Amino acid sequence: MDYFAQQLINGLVLGSIYGLIAIGYTMVYGIVGMINFAHGDVFMIGGFIALITFLILVSLGLTAIPVILLVVLLVAMAITALYGWTIERIAYRPLRHSFRLAPMLSAIGMSFVLTNYSQVAQGARVKPIPPLVTGGYTLHESADGFVIQLSNIQIIVVVTTIVLLALFTWLVSRTRLGRDMRACEQDQTMAALLGVDVDRTISMTFVIGAALAAVAGLMYLLYYGLVDFFMGFVAGIKAFTAAVLGGIGSLPGAMLGGLAIGLIETFWSAYFSVEYKDVAAFSILIVVLIFMPTGLLGRPEVEKV
Amino acid sequence: MKSLKLIGLAFGASLALSSAAFAQDVTVAVAGPMTGGESAFGRQMKNGAEMAVSDINAAGGVNGKKLALSVEDDACDPKQARSIAEKIAGAKIPFVAGHYCSSSSIPASEAYADGNVLQITPASTNPLFTERKLWNVARVCGRDDQQGLIAAQYIAKNFKGKNIAILNDKTTYGKGLADETKKALNKAGITEKMYESYNKGDKDFNAIVSRLKKDNIDLVYVGGYHQESGLMVRQMRDQGLKTILMAGDALADKEFASITGPAGEGTLFTFGPDPRNKPTAKKIVDAFKAKNIDPEGYTLYTYAAMQVWSQAAKKAGTTDAKKVMEAMKAGKWDTVIGPIEYDAKGDIKQLDYVVYKWDAKGGYAEIKGNGT
Repeated sequence: MDYFAQQLINGLVLGSIYGLIAIGYTMVYGIVGMINFAHGDVFMIGGFIALITFLILVSLGLTAIPVILLVVLLVAMAITALYGWTIERIAYRPLRHSFRLAPMLSAIGMSFVLTNYSQVAQGARVKPIPPLVTGGYTLHESADGFVIQLSNIQIIVVVTTIVLLALFTWLVSRTRLGRDMRACEQDQTMAALLGVDVDRTISMTFVIGAALAAVAGLMYLLYYGLVDFFMGFVAGIKAFTAAVLGGIGSLPGAMLGGLAIGLIETFWSAYFSVEYKDVAAFSILIVVLIFMPTGLLGRPEVEKV
Repeated sequence: MKSLKLIGLAFGASLALSSAAFAQDVTVAVAGPMTGGESAFGRQMKNGAEMAVSDINAAGGVNGKKLALSVEDDACDPKQARSIAEKIAGAKIPFVAGHYCSSSSIPASEAYADGNVLQITPASTNPLFTERKLWNVARVCGRDDQQGLIAAQYIAKNFKGKNIAILNDKTTYGKGLADETKKALNKAGITEKMYESYNKGDKDFNAIVSRLKKDNIDLVYVGGYHQESGLMVRQMRDQGLKTILMAGDALADKEFASITGPAGEGTLFTFGPDPRNKPTAKKIVDAFKAKNIDPEGYTLYTYAAMQVWSQAAKKAGTTDAKKVMEAMKAGKWDTVIGPIEYDAKGDIKQLDYVVYKWDAKGGYAEIKGNGT
């Protein structure tokens, strides 16, 4: 039981990081109907910006960890959001009314551009940081000496995820911007006729998605202690899978999908063999998609005439 | 359009000029992971090779010709290793010091054999590298069956009756080393409690760590590279686990400590006796330090590979790979890591692995008198 609880914690934290990235995929798909393959790399960029900001702050002599974390978070979100905005502006907007595959190819190209750019600009080595948030709590110790350990950083990851998810659910369902986004999702031409600035709304979607990816990048940096130029690829694939599993286009679905992938991977490693964890995760994805083609929380797509 | 053609012409002419300048030189190559997760070791190799080439040239070169160095990147990827091997063979380069990952060295060696290139690996320890009866391969490092044996002896002596787990990363190097260690451990009468593999490149090892915790593992032996080992140590300490991690020669870089932070204290690995401390190395180590380079890990091994080849080429009076190899296997060579002699397979006769321990300050030192 204790073992199960420990693995549950492991899986939830991993799933939260996947979920944070998956939200970016799902929001863009919901509104523009394209898969932003560069999103995994935007996450990687976010991690690097967090790292650079952290190093600058430390070299300025700042030592208060909570202050550092807050500044790093804000700077990483702001600059990564700028990246998201720029990518949409130069790589996707000119192709929006082109044939369906054009923006997708452009996105794959953008992914290569970002990967190679970081490799050239930041070097190919992994960039570690010393553990910033240390310590944790021993939740329970069983008779045979097995302790359930919950580290502070795990708490931070999960709490941040929950807060952000709540914030963005509120944003989409209650604010003017959210209403514009939902309008664009249904029918861009009609939304434009009714006075919604479609270009601006789509830009904002990319900005928000990138800001969330930056948060995921920072969490990743804190939790695993390193970033490298290639980390966006695997994380991006997993998060995209999570978005599809949860039902692409659905915000809570992305989070649910992320948690599902994280938990499947962890529990498969915990009770079966570690080497087949990815096989297990993707097999379950296929099975789910056979029986629920729109994912766990997705709505069936209405063919627009 | 016209100006484009002109530029092309000028570019072509400058290429022709530069290749003419090199025509008098012998180009040799160093190949390893200059990018990617293992690039720390690629950099060690590059440093060693560059220093060796400049020292050999300062001493008059090889057979009256200066050496030029070509640095090739395989990113520890077997496919890329094979393609740069074909490129090196196509460029008629007679000698390559490389590669780092066994999974790169082995497929590349076949292309080198076909292309008449002599290959000395400074770092690939998988036995298969020299076991396939290829004429062109040799190493200046030991083999995993020897390394695994030393690790097993250490474990048998210091962790008798404790719970042991063995992990590997499914790569040629990692799985090979883990299996050799397991074989030697089983022979010594110790059965591991857990044998698992993970994916190279994974970042999240929490699930494995919890399993180690459940099984009360005291020592986990990892056949794998330093990045994954470092992350595993960090995640073990985060989960309140005191288990000692032991691994092979892939942990011989300071980058391991920068990943683990102070959590890396107590981690064990096997490696040759530190070449930096050998009396033969003093002068060259000082030369590296003057350039602000710490010649750790495989830096001096790469230097030694260059030395062996240049001495053998001088003796053979040619750079033809087959003749140099014959001379190499017949002679005895003085290198920065000590005297080296070869057997018929291309393995070195002098062999000694020792156990190292990482300390809390991010350094590592040999464990003296462990009786292995």
